[in-house]
Amino acid sequence: MTAKQAAGWTNPLRDPRDKRLPRIAGPCGLVIFGVTGDLSRKKLMPAIYDLANRGLLPPGFALTGFARRDWATQDFGNVVYEAVKAHARTPFRQAVWDRLAEGFRFVQGSFDDDDAFDRLEATVRELDRERGTGGNHAFYLSIPPDAFPVVCKQLARSGLARQEGLEQWRRVVIEKPFGHDLASARELNEIVNDVFPEDSVFRIDHYLGKETVQNILALRFANQLFEPIWNSHYVDHVQITMAEDIGLGGRAGYYDGIGAARDVIQNHLLQLLAFIAMEEPTSFSSDELRAEKTKVLKATRLVGPLDETTARGQYSGGWQGGEKVPGLTEEEGFDPESGTETYAAITVEVDTRRWAGVPFYLRTGKRLGRRVTEIAVIFKRAPHLPFDATMTEELGQNAFVVRVQPDEGVTMRFGSKVPGSTMEVRDVTMDFGYGTAFTEASPEAYERLILDVLLGEPSLFPVNEEVERSWEILDPVIEHWHAAGTRPDPYPAGSWGPESADLMLARTGRTWRRP
Amino acid sequence: MIVDLPSSTTSAVNRKLVELRESGGVQALGRVLTLVIITDDGPAIEGAIEAANSASREHPCRVIVLASGQRRAAARLDAQIRVGGDAGASDVIVLRGYGPLAAGEPAAGLVMPLLLPDAPVVAWWPGEAPAVPSEDAVGRLAQRRITDALSAKNPVKAFEQRRAAHVAGDTDLTWTRLTSWRALLATALDAPPHEDVTAAVVAGETVSPSTDLLAGWLAARLGVKVKRSPAANGPGLVSVVLQRPSGPVELVRPDGKIGSLRQPGQPDRLVALARREVRDCLAEELRRLDPDEIYGEALAGVARTTRGRTPVTVPAVSS
Repeated sequence: MTAKQAAGWTNPLRDPRDKRLPRIAGPCGLVIFGVTGDLSRKKLMPAIYDLANRGLLPPGFALTGFARRDWATQDFGNVVYEAVKAHARTPFRQAVWDRLAEGFRFVQGSFDDDDAFDRLEATVRELDRERGTGGNHAFYLSIPPDAFPVVCKQLARSGLARQEGLEQWRRVVIEKPFGHDLASARELNEIVNDVFPEDSVFRIDHYLGKETVQNILALRFANQLFEPIWNSHYVDHVQITMAEDIGLGGRAGYYDGIGAARDVIQNHLLQLLAFIAMEEPTSFSSDELRAEKTKVLKATRLVGPLDETTARGQYSGGWQGGEKVPGLTEEEGFDPESGTETYAAITVEVDTRRWAGVPFYLRTGKRLGRRVTEIAVIFKRAPHLPFDATMTEELGQNAFVVRVQPDEGVTMRFGSKVPGSTMEVRDVTMDFGYGTAFTEASPEAYERLILDVLLGEPSLFPVNEEVERSWEILDPVIEHWHAAGTRPDPYPAGSWGPESADLMLARTGRTWRRP
Repeated sequence: MIVDLPSSTTSAVNRKLVELRESGGVQALGRVLTLVIITDDGPAIEGAIEAANSASREHPCRVIVLASGQRRAAARLDAQIRVGGDAGASDVIVLRGYGPLAAGEPAAGLVMPLLLPDAPVVAWWPGEAPAVPSEDAVGRLAQRRITDALSAKNPVKAFEQRRAAHVAGDTDLTWTRLTSWRALLATALDAPPHEDVTAAVVAGETVSPSTDLLAGWLAARLGVKVKRSPAANGPGLVSVVLQRPSGPVELVRPDGKIGSLRQPGQPDRLVALARREVRDCLAEELRRLDPDEIYGEALAGVARTTRGRTPVTVPAVSS
């Protein structure tokens, strides 16, 4: 950031005590590749408008779209307009829109078209002149990963990736998947790092932009209440779940052969694990935060034998929530013989003094009971209960649950006396909901992340080391599944996964929480 | 749902609140603060409640509206409770005190039993405010006191009172209205060239406390000569010019809607800079419950500015 470059100079108008002053990005522009895609229309464009509406984009901000469509800038503007109208979080304000729309540009072309990239380069230069974007540009690659090499090459060839002088910046934003195993991830990192230095690469894991995920750090490190019990003395095990109720219709091209473990566990779930298990960073600077995350990922290892500690499944057709749905192999575009797993569960341990012996169960799946992402920390039973067994029959294990989505918040479960003349203890829940205790107005994950890219604030973006380490953790599971040569276990749509997943926990006398 | 409790007492109101909570679920459990709105009885109440309800979407709160009714009347308290759809993410309690209950300690006594346990208390005077808010009977109950000099009958006098009576915890919406201006100016200085500002001129309507306050902020932060000039055109704050060796940084808004940021060697940049609505300002105010020291410094800085006589003319911004 500029502040760093200008060592010794402090802005007299800023003061750490002045908490009202928002962080506004300096003069800059954003170029989106794959601007016609779903993500771009549903998330990126609305997020950019919302940022503008909140006054967090610099005056003169420029948004350039790059796609194959034969559009004029005006058509592009209309597409953004429709996307903003349909999906923006904040109310539509004409004055804000007019200013934003002045900075729209569209460049038509395909990724292998040298001429198109030269035109893009010219457009970006023109923006520097007309809109004062100051040579600061971010490139958002909302494109399939197999197009990364050619786009990166083009960005290098056309000079778009080159920053002139220390005061300018060029950054690249990439979305998952970051490869499909360790080797491909390394290859991808090399391609990207060949063109952009690592500190200019922003890998988006939109989970990390969510308030609840950042709140994990606040809950753990700003409170005295939880940290003393946040270790293997008190914690029995941890369950991290990401469930979706939708199927994979229409996503065959990406998903077939990839599967749930690569799609979700490698990135989202291991990142959530890092947040929940990491040690306290010495400060909240991005370097310290990433150092702690990397440390905990390095200490994470699979628990074997993999036959017993992992499970995979594939949904079969049936009735789900009043709707007849096809099984994976009947979905359009999927191989009828497809062995792709749509449910995956693994067991890992974190080899540190804090977590020794505490299993972390990670599971994800499509067409499960409902859409929910949560982290449940399940505590051990009290070592001694001064009650008769009959009094505590209904007492389960205490639990601390971070609800990541939907209905963001925190739930605690503990035993409480049932009103009446006898002593009977039953589980009750205590709830903290973000929606009721703060804000309907909490920003979307993409708003936060895009702003962080423009500000050059990297805390919430995983570095290549984390990505590669996550593959190192997961790769043996996938290889093991392949080597086994069996098919994933079928589970009915709308259930909570195959029986093998329940058995996987039952072996240690545990059960999955119904989220 | 709106429940009227005419000729009531605060214990009856409290009983009713518990009753409503038991029948209607867990309202008021997750409230993060109590907002006390002090106003005169009349049509202005609804506007204030609306702003509070909208702010409550960001900061769920209990809203207590203390509306002072007829002073020459028999002592009476008319209460009204609004929950659910009529109250946004808050519960609203309107207390209309008459006669001795219309003002002062007895009125503050009505508020006291209805404050949420533990949660901070914010007092807001959407119209006329007491000369010294921190010594007001209700103001003393609150950690934060929000006033609005611009909505007073005499904004200049109200602003003078704010300057004279400022204590930690006070803020005025004149300050909140400046946040986007201040953010743009600070961001402009973030970028190179990193030069010291040598002088500044702030121009706006003759009666515009916000303009005075921005000049005060610049004087306090920059420690250079800051001139507060009248503007020939435009409502409210119209222009800020920061002189630097390489040329001036200018932020102008001649029409009250669209601003233009001008810097040497760079194209002019337009920016939406409409005057902020009260509900946005209130939401921002509730975002922080600790004293705003920078505001205190800016108020003190007003004394260090000089008054210019020549009106500053700002040409219209072309879009």
